[in-house]
Amino acid sequence: MVALTPETDPTPDAVAGGPRQRRKLTGYWLILPTAVWLGLFFVVPFYSLLATSLFDPDGSVLTGYDVTYHFANFGHALSEYWQPMVRSLWYAALATAFCLVLGYVLAYAIAFRAGRWKNLMLVLVVAPFFTSFLIRTLSWKLILGDNGWVVDALQTVHILGSDNRLLATPIAVVAGLTYNFLPFMVLPLYASLEKIDGRLIEAASDLYASPSRAFFKVTWPLSLPGVVGGTLLTFIPATGDFINASLLGSPNQRMVGNVIQDLFTTTGDYARAGALSVILMLIILVLVLFYIRKAGTEELL
Amino acid sequence: MSSVADAPAGGRDLCLTGLRKEYPNGFVAVQSLDLEIPRGSFFALLGPSGCGKTTTLRMVAGLETVTAGSITIGDQDITHEKPYRRPVNTVFQNYALFPHLSISENVAFGMRRRGVKDVKGPVADILELTELTEQANKRPAQLSGGQQQRVALARALINRPEVLLLDEPLGALDLKLRRAMQLELKRIQTEVGLTFVHVTHDQEEAMTMADTIAVMNAGVIEQLGSPTELYENPATTFVANFLGQSNLIGGSVVGVEGGADGQVKVDMEGTVVSIPVERAHTANTVGTKGWVGVRPEKVLIAPAGEPIDAPGNHMTGAVIVDSSFIGVSTQYVVRMPWGREMLAFEQNTGARGVLAPGTKVDVSWRPEFAFLLDSSQDIDAGLGEA
Repeated sequence: MVALTPETDPTPDAVAGGPRQRRKLTGYWLILPTAVWLGLFFVVPFYSLLATSLFDPDGSVLTGYDVTYHFANFGHALSEYWQPMVRSLWYAALATAFCLVLGYVLAYAIAFRAGRWKNLMLVLVVAPFFTSFLIRTLSWKLILGDNGWVVDALQTVHILGSDNRLLATPIAVVAGLTYNFLPFMVLPLYASLEKIDGRLIEAASDLYASPSRAFFKVTWPLSLPGVVGGTLLTFIPATGDFINASLLGSPNQRMVGNVIQDLFTTTGDYARAGALSVILMLIILVLVLFYIRKAGTEELL
Repeated sequence: MSSVADAPAGGRDLCLTGLRKEYPNGFVAVQSLDLEIPRGSFFALLGPSGCGKTTTLRMVAGLETVTAGSITIGDQDITHEKPYRRPVNTVFQNYALFPHLSISENVAFGMRRRGVKDVKGPVADILELTELTEQANKRPAQLSGGQQQRVALARALINRPEVLLLDEPLGALDLKLRRAMQLELKRIQTEVGLTFVHVTHDQEEAMTMADTIAVMNAGVIEQLGSPTELYENPATTFVANFLGQSNLIGGSVVGVEGGADGQVKVDMEGTVVSIPVERAHTANTVGTKGWVGVRPEKVLIAPAGEPIDAPGNHMTGAVIVDSSFIGVSTQYVVRMPWGREMLAFEQNTGARGVLAPGTKVDVSWRPEFAFLLDSSQDIDAGLGEA
């Protein structure tokens, strides 16, 4: 090592295109597919959306659209459509809460109590995906319909008045959201519950924890990564959903997704639709960042 | 502090009576166990894997339901008590530390569940006893195996249980650390004076630490006693082979001399050897078949014709077939005149060099070191299971 003379040690830069330089480039080649994918499917659409939100609001299909940095679009969109926006967040929060309760019970049962039925039950959780989202929501329209057996049964036991209905109420919309996004809650919950070592629960009960104490002190904290993952996977798409509100609700249950859809397809008010989309995205981003910080999941994930 | 401190000093022994565990598939893990473990003792349940020792421990902890029989501590019957209401704590085989809690929170877990408000002092004390003070704020995953083991011990000890159950607590550690922890455990047990019930398949571990050992095999206790009793006077072929090594030679009783402290005379392949009556675990009537047993280090050999230091049962005409020098001693395999081989371990006292294979030797052992076992037992029981 010490005896190496400068003459026998060619500097790497002297050998152009040598192995060292090639190695330097390998990393960039490897991220190329991902970078192209990200550019094509995220950066370009995102830029297009952002540009749309800053269109001149007076543009039309005939006169064309110009990016005029018309930031007032945001103000207008918010002042006009704050109600569907708040409603979206509220419905999504309700649906997420219901999903969490139902999903936790289901995931817990599959992870700890299903025994040899575990795999079958997991398949059953995913099975609804074999049918289209739209068709399943339409069937809920039939089930919750005014002449359906659910309404009949509820009217018979006087939970529902004789001229009250389920369809076209917030109940139907939230129920639809809960139903449609339940698998997104169950799967992450199952994944983190299934990883919990049963001996930890035994250890807790050995250390004077009753079953409920053991659940809240050991099982629940250890399942938090699944809870965070599941709530995000449910809340984010539920906020932007418009199928449930349009099929199961009435104009009174309009969510922000419906508004954006109308603005884009019916009214042709691209600027306002774009602005509303960007606002929705920002609100979700802030909420999620706050939530993750609050849940302290860096350690758990 | 806890209910333990207020408990009367005597009479809180752990008693297992007719304890049985049968699984729904018909497998009987524990046949019918009767054990009395005095308060404050270090008790070891020793046996090969699958012998039912862990099942027994889990029944005491309440993690396994009891099929029949009862478990009592003093006059308190805990057979069907919920695990979290038993004055018993367990050190689990894989420690089962809570990964989401710091070391001090892991240790404080039991006290908090019992509603103790001020846990700081006791936690600091127990962490000091187990030399973990510096790790208090770390998470279990940041600790080495030996440290995790001590956390598991501290987490159980802090509750001052009436009985501490240890389920192969040193199994996951490497040999050197295991030796160190054995002494550590023994020191802590002496210091706190609690009843320790230790389950292990490692005979050396059991003998190093325990006051009393119960050797278990196939769901029953083969023999119970102090380490020296079990080693010096095994009652079954399983114990003779599982605890150390034994030479077992077939023979039949030809007579009994003297009374209770007399000698049983056994014809062993043409040589009559004598065995003290209290070491003969057979019906000592003439003609009874049995296994004559003697530990290899009690077997003395000398080149044919030379006198042997401590003559006793004396045999001639043996040949060394193998000798291996392992430093502290030399291990000889000797073929006896009747064709079977015997082991003889000779201390390296320097009095004589290693005898080469092929050397004709005389073999002898003192009668008081021999034992006689029932011939109906399998001569190979317990071999290769340790």
